[in-house]
Amino acid sequence: MAKNNTMNRKSGKNWGQGITIFLFLLPALLLFVSVLIAPIAVSLYRSLQDWNGFSEGTFIGLSNYKELFTSGSIKFTVALKNSLILAFFSVFVQLPLSLLLALLLGRKIKGERFFLSVYFMPVLISTVVIGQLWLKIYNPDYGLLNRMLDALNLSSWKHVWVGEVGYALGAILVPTIWQYVGYHMLLMYAGVKGVNPDLREAAMLDGATNWQVDRYVVIPIIKPIIKVCVIFAVTGSLKTYDLVRILTEGGPFQTTEVPSTLLENMLFLRNRYGMGSTISVMLIILCFAFALLISAAFKEKEN
Amino acid sequence: MEDTNKKTKKNDSSKIQFEEERYTLKKTNPAVKVVIIVFLVIWAFINLFPIYFMFTFSLKSNEEIFGKNVIGLPHDWLWSNYSSAMKTGNMGLYFLNSVLVTVAATAITVIAAMMATYAITRIKWKMSGLTNSFFMLGLTIPLQASIVPVYVLLSNISKKPVIGGIFGINTYASLIIPYAAFTLAMAILICTGFMVEIPYDLDEAARIDGCGLWGTFFKIIVPLMKPALSTIGVYSYLQCWNEFMFANVFISDSVHRTLPVGIKALSGQHTTNWGPIGAALCIATFPTLLVYVFLSKRIQESFIAGAVKG
Repeated sequence: MAKNNTMNRKSGKNWGQGITIFLFLLPALLLFVSVLIAPIAVSLYRSLQDWNGFSEGTFIGLSNYKELFTSGSIKFTVALKNSLILAFFSVFVQLPLSLLLALLLGRKIKGERFFLSVYFMPVLISTVVIGQLWLKIYNPDYGLLNRMLDALNLSSWKHVWVGEVGYALGAILVPTIWQYVGYHMLLMYAGVKGVNPDLREAAMLDGATNWQVDRYVVIPIIKPIIKVCVIFAVTGSLKTYDLVRILTEGGPFQTTEVPSTLLENMLFLRNRYGMGSTISVMLIILCFAFALLISAAFKEKEN
Repeated sequence: MEDTNKKTKKNDSSKIQFEEERYTLKKTNPAVKVVIIVFLVIWAFINLFPIYFMFTFSLKSNEEIFGKNVIGLPHDWLWSNYSSAMKTGNMGLYFLNSVLVTVAATAITVIAAMMATYAITRIKWKMSGLTNSFFMLGLTIPLQASIVPVYVLLSNISKKPVIGGIFGINTYASLIIPYAAFTLAMAILICTGFMVEIPYDLDEAARIDGCGLWGTFFKIIVPLMKPALSTIGVYSYLQCWNEFMFANVFISDSVHRTLPVGIKALSGQHTTNWGPIGAALCIATFPTLLVYVFLSKRIQESFIAGAVKG
């Protein structure tokens, strides 16, 4: 209140303050507008063009978008399907596992901090390193996986994991899910720890078992965090790039392409910058659409 | 049932004691507990094993890795794998590049975020809320959103004399500036959390002592933001150190590569010699694990900060 009064008293001071505010915001605004906001606007504009990145580009309306979904040679529908499969497994395999771990660690188990720190470790390691490491595990001749199968007399189960249609996508799925279990677990664990211990105690005094407490007290309270995790898992799957680039390069026969690898191909293999922009725009739209959709679904459930 | 319990809780403390003992007794079903611990240990093993495997094969020769000693500790500790990763794989240079890019991007993010957060949270003006929401858009915008225009812009700059060599494709700046921009939103979010905790009386006291907005910022706020610095620092470090897509697209020469791109290149050259690749993986991972040992709480905080607001 007092500040407002002094501010209004002198309009000259107001101007000075306006300039100061602007100067304080300037570095952030410059970065933000030049790298995020302006490029999105440009992408939107270029997505409506047939453009090779160097010439002027010709306006072709929504043709790029149409081609994206109808042309077989661009493989966007394959890529989208792959990232949705990834999203499905993230939500229905990875998140339940994360939730289970978070709930168990929330019970004051011995070594709680140790387990927490270990489970979170893979999140910190570069996906490129993780990818290389798993390439060594998947290696058809010397990889751990095939040699383990040999040792178990299951040689007939051996495969060229990242090179066979039907297995390559699975070979991408496993490390992706493995790496980020710890991430979601940490978020959920923070939520579980935030639950008032009195509530837990009260429920237990009423004769509830640990599982019942988790199911009827803890989970409903951490629902907002679960929502955030679902959103992160789905949008993260749509944005996948690193592991695919390292493990399969989108192959074999482009069966494991994801939108981001296609985007890169458009720039470097096909010189189709207009179409690349279209994929960018589609990714932004999909990320925001899924985020809204998931939020809405969680609200619906509450009512 | 509920009512009686509440009553006993209020009235009879000895009864509570008894109740608590009973429920702890009921809780310790030894079989369930063992199952839980076994499960947690197995999952810990699944998380640690690949890291152990990476470390051990970085010190082995191909004969050991491909022969009988796949997962054991190395018989001969072949530190030469590290020197050959440094020499033939140029990992030393890529390591320095990564350090340079990470430090510069983090510094820019921290400065820009602190200044912006100060203007948003501690100066009263009409649009501050809106400005904050504007920056928070950055939390949901994917990297892919700006890759095409930024790439084209960088290639165009590259053709220009002088500035092309500083800001174009294949320069450090082509990574530093985008990295700083993409960590900015999270940095502002973390900063806000810390800055609203600082009592506003301090600002007013400083004002009375004749400090302007700048003076208050530099003399009062910045020194008090040290805990925020380390949280933002570790977040930014992890983003920049591990980033692959921009680094892969914006850098095509071998001089400016960062570690992730360098590793990809190295594994392309040495498809048959695993030791040096393992060494390179360890070189890229070791600093992170070292930071994690000392700052695990801070690191975890920085990840939680983003999700709570979501």
